Amino acid sequence: MTVRTSRRAFLKSAVAAGTSLLPLPAVAEAAPPRVVVVGGGFAGATVARALKRADARIAVTLVETNRTFTACPFSNGVIAGLRDISAQQFNYEKTVADDVVIATGTANLVDAQARSLIVGDGVRLHYDRLVLAPGIDIRWDALPGYDETAAERMPHAWKAGEQTLLLRRQLEAMEDGGLVVISAPANPFRCPPGPYERASLIAHYLKTKKPRSKLIVLDAKDAFSKQRLFQNAWKELYPGLLEWVSLSNGGKVTSVDPATNTLTTDFGRHEAKVANVIPPQKAGRVAELAGVTDRSGWCPIDPVTFESKLVPNIHVLGDATIAGAMPKSAFTANAQAKVCAAALAKLLNNEAPAEPKLINTCYSLVAPDYGIHVAGVYRPVNGVLTEIEGTGGVGPVDAPRATRALEAQFADGWFKTITTEVFG
Amino acid sequence: MNATRLLVAVVLGFTATPIRPAASAETPPGATSCSGCHPANAGVETAVPRLAGRNAVELVAQMQAFRAGQRPATVMDQIAKGFSDTEVQAIAGWYAEQK
Repeated sequence: MTVRTSRRAFLKSAVAAGTSLLPLPAVAEAAPPRVVVVGGGFAGATVARALKRADARIAVTLVETNRTFTACPFSNGVIAGLRDISAQQFNYEKTVADDVVIATGTANLVDAQARSLIVGDGVRLHYDRLVLAPGIDIRWDALPGYDETAAERMPHAWKAGEQTLLLRRQLEAMEDGGLVVISAPANPFRCPPGPYERASLIAHYLKTKKPRSKLIVLDAKDAFSKQRLFQNAWKELYPGLLEWVSLSNGGKVTSVDPATNTLTTDFGRHEAKVANVIPPQKAGRVAELAGVTDRSGWCPIDPVTFESKLVPNIHVLGDATIAGAMPKSAFTANAQAKVCAAALAKLLNNEAPAEPKLINTCYSLVAPDYGIHVAGVYRPVNGVLTEIEGTGGVGPVDAPRATRALEAQFADGWFKTITTEVFG
Repeated sequence: MNATRLLVAVVLGFTATPIRPAASAETPPGATSCSGCHPANAGVETAVPRLAGRNAVELVAQMQAFRAGQRPATVMDQIAKGFSDTEVQAIAGWYAEQK
């Protein structure tokens, strides 16, 4: 593990750790509260900085495996050749500048009794409160034939980075007239509209570059996010090119064979030139290590503080959570993180956190100049984050193209705004 | 922050970096979600306006117009329906004080 820190934060953490690097004042102040955050994505990087802003005394350490963060939102544009992967990548320089200590490494053990965790080969970090923001892991045992080796041939591209680029290269290498197959999982999974945005943008790529090709989406569901808007747009933009096969029509993929690039359903077999398998998912590994996942593989939380319902003093944010009506989106992760930071600042000062309200807004691109959204406002009702009546949904299904063009602009602005708040 | 308080802050040498909001400046429920789309930082290239430092009365009027369907919207008509008048006033007042 390596630790990066600003000089100011280093001195503070040295004092907090009780080391004798500095001559301590005769009357030492009370030890500042310690929060360790695991995972530096939209939830984790947000909560780390928001905590320092809420109460600068709190010693915040962010544990993250990678030095560069690659964002998933808009990565479908990378796959379709519309943007460069570098537009998705961010670092933690500004996080460090906010006096957050970065511990580069992977959390390998959480001892909830001792309130400590081990990073990498054995550096132990102690916490008063632990925040887990691990995102998702692939369930490698859930789809016969689909393991980590298979993903090298049939990319999931559901964690942005090398997988994203692999899928893009495969599309670029495919000859005109080829068959592309996307397999979409049952709920819940990261980014509910994501598979359909991806299908749309790959269809856009095929229409403009390889128009004799075909795209089939095999779905383990009969309904999906923003469905009417997507399907209306597909009819208008990609007729005959993009076919969606629902669960009822035999869309559920039951096994895959990477040797032949074949996806098998109850109704037949599809041999693809390019196969994108979006597999079943679960909360990121550290959630399981910490014991905060239930039998579903996801993490039940209190909707006011985001504290685990299973293990005290551990809070969970973002895609890993069971968050009632809030979807697994970057906007949600960021909104939850800001609420959690405010709640933690209260809890660590022995005050009661206020009941929150949270917003989600999720944009998808059906084409570069065609955006759609889903939005909602949420509050805790009987311990569950519940959508407030009248706020949810996708807006008018028959909005004019000018509105769709405007929403594409808003989508672009959203990405710039949120990544600036989290990493800028 | 009004002009007098700002002047006092400058004279006393406070920086613009908030250490911890005073208890009276509690962040109202829902307020922090807005910056997912409305940039907290100046200089972000987006069509969505910043809220910080805006006139509170004007912000409340806009939210009421969104909620009533009197102002054309894509998402704000939905979002506005999630907040009561009291909540909107609190959020608008809080943003008016931000920089």
